[in-house]
Amino acid sequence: MAFLSELFAFLYQAGDAFAFLVLAACGLAIVFGMMGVINLAHGEFILCGAYVCATATRLGMPLPLSVLLGALVAGIVGMILERLVIRHLYHRPLDTIVATWGISMIATQGTLIVLGSTLPGTGTPLGSFTLGDYSFSQYRLVLIGTALATLVGLYLLFTRTRFGILARATIQMPHMAQALGINTGLVYSLTFGLGAGLAGLAGGLYAPTMTLVPTMGSAFLVEAFVTVVVGGADIFLGTAPAAAILGVIKAALTSWYGQLAGQIGLLLTAIVVIRVMPRGLSGWLLRERG
Amino acid sequence: MTDTILKTAKLETGYDSKPVLQGVDIEVKRSEIVAVIGRNGVGKSTLMKSLIGLLPCKRGELLLEGEPITKLSAHRRARRGIGYVPQGRDVFPRMTVMENLRAGESLGAPSPGIYERMFEFFPILEERRNQRAGTLSGGQQQQLSIARVLIGSPKLVLLDEPSEGIQPSIVQEIARTMVRLNRESGLTVIFVEQNIDMIRAMAHRCYVMDKGRIVTELTPEMLEDRDTVRRYLSV
Repeated sequence: MAFLSELFAFLYQAGDAFAFLVLAACGLAIVFGMMGVINLAHGEFILCGAYVCATATRLGMPLPLSVLLGALVAGIVGMILERLVIRHLYHRPLDTIVATWGISMIATQGTLIVLGSTLPGTGTPLGSFTLGDYSFSQYRLVLIGTALATLVGLYLLFTRTRFGILARATIQMPHMAQALGINTGLVYSLTFGLGAGLAGLAGGLYAPTMTLVPTMGSAFLVEAFVTVVVGGADIFLGTAPAAAILGVIKAALTSWYGQLAGQIGLLLTAIVVIRVMPRGLSGWLLRERG
Repeated sequence: MTDTILKTAKLETGYDSKPVLQGVDIEVKRSEIVAVIGRNGVGKSTLMKSLIGLLPCKRGELLLEGEPITKLSAHRRARRGIGYVPQGRDVFPRMTVMENLRAGESLGAPSPGIYERMFEFFPILEERRNQRAGTLSGGQQQQLSIARVLIGSPKLVLLDEPSEGIQPSIVQEIARTMVRLNRESGLTVIFVEQNIDMIRAMAHRCYVMDKGRIVTELTPEMLEDRDTVRRYLSV
């Protein structure tokens, strides 16, 4: 029994880390993988989702709806920004980085000025349960389930829907997609909105578990980038397995040597992976497959 | 309704500051199959790209069924019924055959039974329907690229060197299919080609291009004579 509860504790921790990485990274991975845009404002879409969710919850909206509202608002803000800024910078990756970094700073400082240094939190919902010597939060299990559901949902979206076909066609060959009557501008806008909406989803889901401050996005950003770098451009062959591997590494190092070791482990893994597979797991897998 | 499906007037375009088309005038009637021939680099592919709208026109006018479409973007022109099959096929390599065909539905809603019809024309596509398009042979990709636009029932199809790098049996099959579609459903085709057999098998008449202009036109009678066509191919 002791062994079983140890094992469960480890799986729980690894699953928790996996869920965090998947949810933090999938929006970033879609925007990078499908559009080639490195979005340094990703953390601020997470911030947006978290603030909207927390505010809606405090106003009495049930948490699941608040989370979805956060995702929706972040997605709409993303589409507006795509139209105003990002659209004009396709094919200029370095300029996109600078522009999104600027947006990130404006959003963080603007939030600080307008809403102050912190927003009251809502507290983690659901209770906890004990197994052996350990106590576990039920909400974390919900997060793990949501991360898996998000991956399945995205897979179905990109393989089974009309939007998926149009998005993949646009990404693989934009000029040909256009010549077939596909409104590629709209596809880019929706794809960026989807990425931003997923960031908002992550923010909303984690809002009850965190202190809400204007810089909270950066807590997600580093790990999101590590996951995308290790995974490469493809979300299913890259982000998902990368999050699983990194989740196990992080959970192991954190439970044996503490949180700092976990963070260092993630960064070291990223460095090694870039050295061995410059285009990440998915780049390597796709090349192997031919 | 006018009988002319597509007309250009003094069409000019180019890349950056380098002019390629220097005043192209063509007029294509409904249900015609017209070839565009000429040496390499005279602007044939550029003409096709500017007809579909992947290259903006600098000067001149482009009319589809009497309406100006010069300022319309490529996807809007496509939705008005122009199907473009580029040189090098440009199938979506990491999508399956079926997904490539579905992408063609953006051109226009698929009419009932259109998939069955395409599979009848190109049986290999049905056999390989779940295979990724990037793994098909050149000829199979060409058939897919053509079927992909036909799914959306275009009024006009632009083919850019359909025979390039493809084995002769498939070239013949493609030519037969286009001719049959032309006879059965009145499909209009403009195609750029170097392959003399394909030109003679398909074309009703033929524009000869040189230095960004149409320099002459071959009538059906002139197309009868192999040597005449051969001579103009190297004008």
